[in-house]
Amino acid sequence: MTTTPINAPAASPASPKKLVFPKASFSILYGDRIYAAITFLASLSIFGIIVWLAVQLSQASGASIHKFGWSYITQSNWDETKDIYGILPYIFGTLYSSFLALLIAVPISIGSAVFLSELAPKWLRTPMTFLIELLAAIPSVVYGLWGIFVMLPWLKTHVMNPISHAHPHNKFALWLFDVFFSGNPYGPSMLAAGLILSIMVIPFITAVTRDILKAIPRSQREGSYALGATQWETISQVVFPYAKSGIVGAVMLGLGRALGETMAVTMLIGNQSPGTPTGISFSLFQPGYTMASALANKFTEAAQGINTSALAEIGLVLFFVTIVVNMAARLLVFYTAKDVAGGK
Amino acid sequence: MTNIASQDKQTPPALSRPVVNASAAATANRPDAKSKIVAKDVDFYYGDFHALKKINIVVPEHQVTALIGPSGCGKSTFLRTLNRMNDLIDGTRLTGSITLDGADIYDRSREVVGLRKQVGMVFQKPNPFPMTIFDNICYGPRIHGIRNRKLLDEVVERTLRGAALWDEVKDKLHKSAFALSGGQQQRLCIARVLAVEPDVILMDEPCSALDPNSTFRIEQLMEDLRGHYTIVIVTHNMQQAARVSQQTGFFLRGELREFDDTSTIFTNPSDEETEAYVSGRFG
Repeated sequence: MTTTPINAPAASPASPKKLVFPKASFSILYGDRIYAAITFLASLSIFGIIVWLAVQLSQASGASIHKFGWSYITQSNWDETKDIYGILPYIFGTLYSSFLALLIAVPISIGSAVFLSELAPKWLRTPMTFLIELLAAIPSVVYGLWGIFVMLPWLKTHVMNPISHAHPHNKFALWLFDVFFSGNPYGPSMLAAGLILSIMVIPFITAVTRDILKAIPRSQREGSYALGATQWETISQVVFPYAKSGIVGAVMLGLGRALGETMAVTMLIGNQSPGTPTGISFSLFQPGYTMASALANKFTEAAQGINTSALAEIGLVLFFVTIVVNMAARLLVFYTAKDVAGGK
Repeated sequence: MTNIASQDKQTPPALSRPVVNASAAATANRPDAKSKIVAKDVDFYYGDFHALKKINIVVPEHQVTALIGPSGCGKSTFLRTLNRMNDLIDGTRLTGSITLDGADIYDRSREVVGLRKQVGMVFQKPNPFPMTIFDNICYGPRIHGIRNRKLLDEVVERTLRGAALWDEVKDKLHKSAFALSGGQQQRLCIARVLAVEPDVILMDEPCSALDPNSTFRIEQLMEDLRGHYTIVIVTHNMQQAARVSQQTGFFLRGELREFDDTSTIFTNPSDEETEAYVSGRFG
């Protein structure tokens, strides 16, 4: 070990190399490797959980898969007494209610994100952002409760009844009524489910879109304003193209949530077949099922054996649908991101 | 303000650019250069921070005016007051007056969109939009109402030639602007500004992110553009100021310490700190 001799001019502030560093310690030798191993295990556990979930679901639904094959997802009967199970209406209900939710939520979310990030005065920004984030934190059962006691009665008297009492005259309106507004307006319906879902995904899409808009370099906006562009031109022609891939991702995040949302939808969708032979109806006033709501409704009464297995297969299908949607979202983001640069 | 405007009208417009002459007096007194931008007692604040203090400056038409000074001296802030770019920043405030061709640009009735069309800006970092080269140039003309494809084609070629970029990109006009090199992107941004046919071009350290070769090309470009445009450039590079400009202003701590012919500033400045700065003793 080298120490400074006592009579050396060590007191000089400019004198270099005064510190005596310890020899390589344990943490210097192994620290990085241990750290890497721990974080690797952590990430491996996530991967493991997903695989384990898929394996378990497949095993549990094995009997049903074996017995029904593809007919499980292509036919419409779910009959516990005859042990015949088909979930086409549930798949349809899941996709349809999520589609309705996005139809309503996307314009509202993007609009409010643009307002929050580009137009809102500073004093309004923080409280509004806070409120939107608060909306995302409300438990879904509370949304469901609100839906049952507030939204449904309101929908019934102010939307559903007036529409179903109208008498359309021209052909197009008749067709429209037939497809979208047929059936008795009892309340619990696709419309109610879609609406509550849209309210639930709005905060997610808004928050993510707003973050994306905020992340767009200021130089892009300034470049546009400096050419004499108005705020609208800047937002629609420079900001949006730049944010396109991110916004697609935000919408897909919302879709992912809508597909899997259970509690509020179960409380509002009616959980019965719309009464068409296929169990599929585009009517907004008809009740329906989603995969998640069907699961939540049926598992308590499920009998051992093929019935339980068929229920597990709903879970498996839902698992796959969400994975496919997420992968599609990734691909979409990837391709739009490539496109953002404007190359053709 | 009105008296400045009327003074302007009495000054005959310059037919050709005057030869820079070391012994000539400052532009304000020069009879043959029309003053394009006149700033009078401009104070500027970011919130409580007093960023510009009583700036008085007269920018002559069809010349390059360079603004130099150490970081944080207010030169960029001043540049950005000229096209009201600072309006985009919350909590900023300006007092005093800035006139362009005699009209106050901070007047209530003044339309800022029209002002920015007239006063273009090139930024420190090239900022092409995420579009093709063609669409980048057409962005300005299009938002100002030009839709005719033939006209746009002409604009693209003319401005790209004007920005000395045409030969390099004429075969890839419909490729992404992001595929260009930094220097090319900056020239594209200059072409994009030219496409809205401004009177004044503001350049905020346009070469600071570029290599020497690209810098050289952009300096050449400024020389070419000078005959048709009034250019105000902020630069950290004193050699650049000396090379490209006819007038130079030296900013320090929010004040305009000295403003004179470039040759005077660099050879015979009257302010001590200007001298210290241009001779490289600080900054």
